[in-house]
Amino acid sequence: MLQSLGQNLVFGLLVGALYGLVALGLSLIFGVTKFLNVAHGELVMFGGYACFWAFTLLGVDPFVSIPISAMFLFLIGALLYKLVFSRTVKLPEESKIKNTLLVAFGLSVILQNLALRMWTADERGITTSYASVAFTILEVRFPIMRVASLVVAVVFLIALQLFLRKTYTGKAIRATTQNWEAASLMGIDIHKVYLLSFALGAALAGVAGILVTVNYSIQPAMGLGWTMKALIVMVLGGLGNIPGALVGGLILGLTESATSFFISSNYREVAGLVLFLLVLIFRPQGLFGAKEA
Amino acid sequence: MNKKWIALIVSILAVIGLALAPVVIKKDSTINLVILVLLYMTLASSWNILGGYTGQTNLGHAAFFGIGSLTTRLLWIQGAPFVLSFLAGGLVAVALALLIGAPAFKLRGVYFAIGTLALAQILNLTASNIWPEMSYNPALASYNLIPRYYLFLGLAVVTIACSYLLVNSRWGLGMMAVREGEDAAESLGISALKHKLLALGISAFFAGLVGGAFAYYHVSYYLNMPFSPEWTFDPMMMAYIGGTGTIIGPIIGSVFFVLLKQLLVWNVGEYHLIIFGTLFILIVLFLPGGLVEVWKKVRTLITQRKKPGKVNRSEV
Repeated sequence: MLQSLGQNLVFGLLVGALYGLVALGLSLIFGVTKFLNVAHGELVMFGGYACFWAFTLLGVDPFVSIPISAMFLFLIGALLYKLVFSRTVKLPEESKIKNTLLVAFGLSVILQNLALRMWTADERGITTSYASVAFTILEVRFPIMRVASLVVAVVFLIALQLFLRKTYTGKAIRATTQNWEAASLMGIDIHKVYLLSFALGAALAGVAGILVTVNYSIQPAMGLGWTMKALIVMVLGGLGNIPGALVGGLILGLTESATSFFISSNYREVAGLVLFLLVLIFRPQGLFGAKEA
Repeated sequence: MNKKWIALIVSILAVIGLALAPVVIKKDSTINLVILVLLYMTLASSWNILGGYTGQTNLGHAAFFGIGSLTTRLLWIQGAPFVLSFLAGGLVAVALALLIGAPAFKLRGVYFAIGTLALAQILNLTASNIWPEMSYNPALASYNLIPRYYLFLGLAVVTIACSYLLVNSRWGLGMMAVREGEDAAESLGISALKHKLLALGISAFFAGLVGGAFAYYHVSYYLNMPFSPEWTFDPMMMAYIGGTGTIIGPIIGSVFFVLLKQLLVWNVGEYHLIIFGTLFILIVLFLPGGLVEVWKKVRTLITQRKKPGKVNRSEV
């Protein structure tokens, strides 16, 4: 009993790190641009397919294809920003969020059906030669793929933080997040910052897609489920709060594994959504966010 | 002649035409197509009451459609008279709306949108867990398409007529005031919560009823299928493409959607959703009034060309 509880706890944390990575891109985009890109799950899916085809056709190891998938999604993100999202930049914040939400819904319908046309509705996954490797500490199993997700999530979180804190471009992004008007008066090109943030957020979705493919499976209709998870994580961690995404991911992972353990694994996702609603209603600033004035 | 009268006469003629359609059309596939249009028309019009006129983007409409169809189907299959099961479906949807309405409306703007999406997903997942099985209609031998057709037609007419009466009433004006500015409406003594709840309740009622009609129409389907999110997204896109906050918008949108689907199914398969999604994005970005606004603009252009220099009186 105790051992299986421990196993559940560890699994919850490992899955939670993956959820954090899935939400990282969404949170970056929302924080900087106030675009609510609910097509995020579809971007994750495209990242997954990039890695799936690289593995199936060219034999590229999924972890090696991280840069490929990230680049691919970076370009898709830049394209989507240029074609669609850039048109909403000038709107006031409230209608910007609403319009991008609607536009992203349209996009998710388009991307989902494009994927369906190109790659059929089949569920796909990747099994590498080392997929079943696991090590055991104190009778708790640590599957290597899940641990790798944790490592990748943490690496990308730290890299993103370093980029935002230490580089000039990163500082420009943060300045724009805080006050785009002031930033633009200081000579920061807002459109460039938005473009870069959106493309980076999409690239992060691409990376997350790889980990989803190796740990679960991918199919064209998967988007909404992952978008919901990313939204839950983002709200738990505080809107646009980047380190909060990982914390939110861990909380969601633990909530799900606790639900599997005490109730039924069928209600895992329901528990996450209920938690989401409770936080939205009672603590809209997120569990750790400061109350806005 | 007054514009209103023309609209009324055209509507009556359209309804008469649709009512006579089964007499003329003998092909079941055509009748099924019209049924599909009527179903979407009702669903999009019911979404429009809250989403269009009251300005609350409801991304959880599938929950009401789903719970209506589930209630009707379960009662009806277990032997309850259909009419009672049908009404029960609508009422259960209203009960759900009132239950979730007060907490959901604590969320404003986009939070309401993602909150309702989450609620609908909760119901969707729970329904899939409890009723994973297919529901079969035991009375298959006596299945007749014609009463189903008239049920859908009647429902569409009632929904659209009620929408019209509602938005032209004092309550409807209040709903639109809430859409234009919640705080301003409140300051004039219009209770935003009351108006939103009313709009949600009516919207859910018709969505629940059309869910019941869906349950009556389908011989066999997965009980959780009506909860799936496309029952929210498709009608929402239809309302936007036609024009939200207008009576005719969802009607145009649903006819357009089904026609596009049919045309493209013959040629290339699932492309209709790609095109529809693209059109939806274009409308949200560039023409927030939808096709109705396009028509208005075109008409203004034509009338202005006819009478150069004159102000079109009907527009003033």
